[in-house]
Amino acid sequence: MTRLGFVVLALVLAPAAAQDARKEIQKYQQMIADGSPVELFELEGEALWKKPQGPKNVSLESCDLGLGPGILKGAYARLPRYFKDADRVMDLETRLLHCMTTLQGRSAAEATKRVFGNENQPSEMEFLSAFIAAQSRGMKLAAGTSHPKEKEAYELGKALFFHRAGAWDMSCASCHGEEGKRIRMQDLPLLSRPEFARPIVATWPAYRVSNSQFKTMQWRLNDCYRQMRYPEPRFASDATIALSMFLTVTAAGEPYRGPGTKR
Amino acid sequence: MINTRRSFIAALGVLFLKPFAALAAWNEQAFGAKSAAEALKTLGAPSPASSKDILIEAPQIAENGAVVPIEISSNIPGTTAIAVLIEKNPFPLAGKFEFKEGALPFVKLNVKIGETSDVRVVATAGGKHFAASTEIKVTIGGCGG
Amino acid sequence: MAAGPMKMRATMAGGNTDVRVLMTHPMTTAQSGQPLHFIQNVVVKQNGRTVIEAEISQAVSRNPVFSFRLKGGAKGDKIEVSWLDNKGESNKIETAVA
Repeated sequence: MTRLGFVVLALVLAPAAAQDARKEIQKYQQMIADGSPVELFELEGEALWKKPQGPKNVSLESCDLGLGPGILKGAYARLPRYFKDADRVMDLETRLLHCMTTLQGRSAAEATKRVFGNENQPSEMEFLSAFIAAQSRGMKLAAGTSHPKEKEAYELGKALFFHRAGAWDMSCASCHGEEGKRIRMQDLPLLSRPEFARPIVATWPAYRVSNSQFKTMQWRLNDCYRQMRYPEPRFASDATIALSMFLTVTAAGEPYRGPGTKR
Repeated sequence: MINTRRSFIAALGVLFLKPFAALAAWNEQAFGAKSAAEALKTLGAPSPASSKDILIEAPQIAENGAVVPIEISSNIPGTTAIAVLIEKNPFPLAGKFEFKEGALPFVKLNVKIGETSDVRVVATAGGKHFAASTEIKVTIGGCGG
Repeated sequence: MAAGPMKMRATMAGGNTDVRVLMTHPMTTAQSGQPLHFIQNVVVKQNGRTVIEAEISQAVSRNPVFSFRLKGGAKGDKIEVSWLDNKGESNKIETAVA
C-alpha cells in the first residue's frame, strides 16, 4: 500500500533531500501535536483520579506522588524517585499501583490485570498517566539522584541499557547507541546522550496516532524488549524503573512538554 | 449494502423522531464515488478552475497515513463551501464543509491517506468552483511498535 | 455503547473566533473488516445559529479533531458542535468563547 510511496521516498532521499525530508517530518509532528486527542485522555484520567474504588472505596486523591499527598503539580517531572514508605525507587505507574493497593485496598493482581489497553479501551494506567503527566507541563525533568537507592537505580539502568542479551543478542544501545541511525523513516535517538534523551523523555507518555492508543513509559520499555525478542519485563519491575531512571536522569533539566503526540 | 443500512437507519430515525437524524443529509453518491472526477461530477463541480487563492497547509511527508493533518483556507471572496478529496483513496471524497454567514472558509482536519497521493481541495464561491492540490507522501515509521 | 467524550476550546484570535473540537469516535472504515462506523455530519452553531454544516467520510481519522474559524464574535459567545454517525449515534458539546 505504501510501497510506492516508500520507493519514491528512497529515490528522493539523496543527501540534500534528506534534510528536506527531516524538515517535512518535523512539520508533520508539529501539526499532529497541535490539537491532539491527548486532552481527552487527560480528562478521563482526572475522572479516574477522583473516583472512589476498591474495598476501601477511596479515590486516589490523597496519593503521594513524591511532593505530598494529592500534590500533582510538578510531581511527574520528579519521577522516578525513592519513596520511604515503600523503601523503593518508583516510577509513575509503580507509584500508582502502590496507591491503588495501599489507599484503595485493591489487590495487585486486580490492579495490574490490564495495564496496557487498546484503541477501543485504554487502561486505567494510561488515562491516569496522561492526566498526571500533564500536570508537570513546563517543569524541568528532575528525577531523584541523591538517595543511595536512586543512584543504584541509575547505575542499574545504565548497565541494562548497554547489556546485550535475548534471542538476538541485542541491547537498547543496538538501536539507540549511535548517532544518525534510523529504522525506515523513524529516527533512532542516541538515548544515552543528554541532547538526544531530552526531547524524548520530555514527550512521553504519548498518544500514538498510528494506532490511536495512549502509550506509557512502562509500555514503551516493555515493547522495546518485545521487539528485541526478550521475554517481557514484569510491569513495575526494578529493571523497568531503573531504565526509566537512567533515561530521565540523562534528560535532566529539560522542560517537560508532554503528554506527547507521536506517529 | 450501504444503501440498505442507511435507509434502514433513516427509517428508524423517523420512527423514533430523532430530529438530528431526520434532518441531516449525507451525500451517499459523492462519498461512494471511486474516483475524484466522479465525486466532483456528483457534487456539480466537474471541472474546477485552478486557483492560487486556496491555501493548503500540510506536511509533504506523513509519518503515518492513519492521521495526516491538513489545514485549508480559501482567500477566494464569497467562498461558501470546501471539499477535500484524496485522489488515491478508495473513496476519494473525505469531507465537504459548508460555510454559512458567520463562518470563515477555513478548516483543519486529520485524514487517512492510504498511499502517497494528491490531496485536492475544491472551493465553491458564487456558484463557481476552484481547486488547488498538493502531494503528500505517506511513509511507515519505526519498527511497528 | 454511549458516545465517547468531546472536548472543545473556543478563543478569540485576531478579531475572529477560533474553535478546536476533539471527538471520540472509531471512524471505522470498510477496509478494516469491521462494520462501518463513522461520523457523517458535523454542525457548528454560534449563539444558536448554524454557521457550519459538514458531511465527512470514514476517511477522516479516528478520534477526529477539527479546527474552525468564525467571523468576529466575542468572549462569552456560545459555541455548540454536534455530530451524527452512520448508526444514528450522536453527541454534542457547548462551550463559551474564552
